[in-house]
Amino acid sequence: MSGLEPLPAAVREPTSLRNNVRWLRLLLPVAVFAAGIVAWESIVRIGEIPPYLLPGPFLVFRTLTADWAILWDSLAVTLLTALEGFVAAAIGGIALALLFNQSKWLEYSLLPYAVILQVTPVIAIAPLMLIYLPQQTAVVVCAWIVAFFPVLANTTLGLNSVDRNLAGLFQLYGASRTQTLRYLKLPAALPFILGGLRIAGGLSLIGAVAAEIAAGAAGAGSGLAYRILESSYRLNIPRMFAALLLLSAAGVVIYMLLALVSHLVLRRWHESALRKEN
Amino acid sequence: MADPAMSVHNGDAAVSLRGVTKVYENGTAALGPLDLDICKGEFVSLLGSSGCGKSTALRVIAGLITPTSGVVDVSTRSGHTIGFVFQEPTLMPWSSVRENVRLPLKLAHVANAESDRRVSEALAQVGLAEFADAFPRELSGGMKMRVSLARALVTDPDILLMDEPFAALDEITRFKLNNDLLTLWRKLGKTVIFVTHSVFEAVYLSQRVVVMTSRPGRISAECRIEAPEPRDDEFRTSVAYAARCRDVSLALMQASDAKAGT
Repeated sequence: MSGLEPLPAAVREPTSLRNNVRWLRLLLPVAVFAAGIVAWESIVRIGEIPPYLLPGPFLVFRTLTADWAILWDSLAVTLLTALEGFVAAAIGGIALALLFNQSKWLEYSLLPYAVILQVTPVIAIAPLMLIYLPQQTAVVVCAWIVAFFPVLANTTLGLNSVDRNLAGLFQLYGASRTQTLRYLKLPAALPFILGGLRIAGGLSLIGAVAAEIAAGAAGAGSGLAYRILESSYRLNIPRMFAALLLLSAAGVVIYMLLALVSHLVLRRWHESALRKEN
Repeated sequence: MADPAMSVHNGDAAVSLRGVTKVYENGTAALGPLDLDICKGEFVSLLGSSGCGKSTALRVIAGLITPTSGVVDVSTRSGHTIGFVFQEPTLMPWSSVRENVRLPLKLAHVANAESDRRVSEALAQVGLAEFADAFPRELSGGMKMRVSLARALVTDPDILLMDEPFAALDEITRFKLNNDLLTLWRKLGKTVIFVTHSVFEAVYLSQRVVVMTSRPGRISAECRIEAPEPRDDEFRTSVAYAARCRDVSLALMQASDAKAGT
């Protein structure tokens, strides 16, 4: 690229401007958040809305700290469920993709059912699962159902995206199937697998919550979704909001953790993890 | 003057093709019938326009494509594979330069101590000893190509197949790599089959230029390039070189005219 003319000024960003943009990206959401809180609290106060209809943000926050012991235990239950579902989805999705990659017959036979499992809303499957399986197992299975398909689809895509010349090179040097898988296909698929896992992380939480909601009324569960249901029956709306807040926070943390893992694994070679410098 | 004499060889053939054709599944006749003999230690270029089947010929010789008909005879010492350099560097982006060059040895289950030595040797040969721990993305196009060449050399192959390896490089880098390739060829005495669409590159490098017609790829002319060895930048600017280039260009034009006439 040495022969190219220098970029026009508009394309080159001065460093100060880039720093400003970075600050803005942090500041703007915080400002929106603050404005939202203020607006919310004002509406509640000015309209004199009772807490059982809409609690103000400060009441929600007070409830969060006051009920922390109960909410924390519930969060731990839900997170453990989501984690079990996620691990099962990761192992199942990757293993199934590997099997499909080794045998087209298997792929043709099973893929339609994986798709069916994916497109059927989990909230509709959950009650059935609860009939046939012990409650905790049913909830984990639901988390697994929602989370495993992105892992399967992405891993399959990755395994099929191997550079054709590199595949030729492996063939030329007489690589065995295992060697091709280990040294070529899996590393080439890694960015795709990590992308799939990032989606699966959030989905496993959604799956766990959906199943908890389905189980909630009948079951003896104590997950966060169960707390939300229970609070709604008791008209404890501030606690509902507090539990919801915790769920969102948990989802964001899961996403950020997986994004961090992805970045650490890929940082030395993959485009997605490289800093943008021309 | 180039006399397109049919190949007369002394010494054993390293590669011998007899009536080789390739018809792709979609019905495209890509190659042949092709008869070609290449001597041990010879530097031969396959020259032709893009898509004329010269890469297909190279892949048939490498065993990456099975020919539709004909006989391919490749003779190497036992345990010595063919080295192949693709048009792109074709490196594994997730591995360091050292691991990329080590790949053929790893696939052949060569012990680590032994492969360490041979990888260092191959990297030294292409002048990249200091970059063993770099990743491909940190290298320039020319350096990536050198890594690719080192990987092809690391198994000490008898035959080196090169598929337009320098086509994507700038001219200065290409000239430099041309010279380095000639030096390596003189030193290591390998048989080199070099596919290119550049008349100038073919004439500069080869002892023999095989001109091909397109669709299906057939041999339309062969030109021996007699020139004092070792060739260097002085040869590149000599009158003899210019004359050879003109002859080969003519042969190439005739090849495409003959095709257009049919």
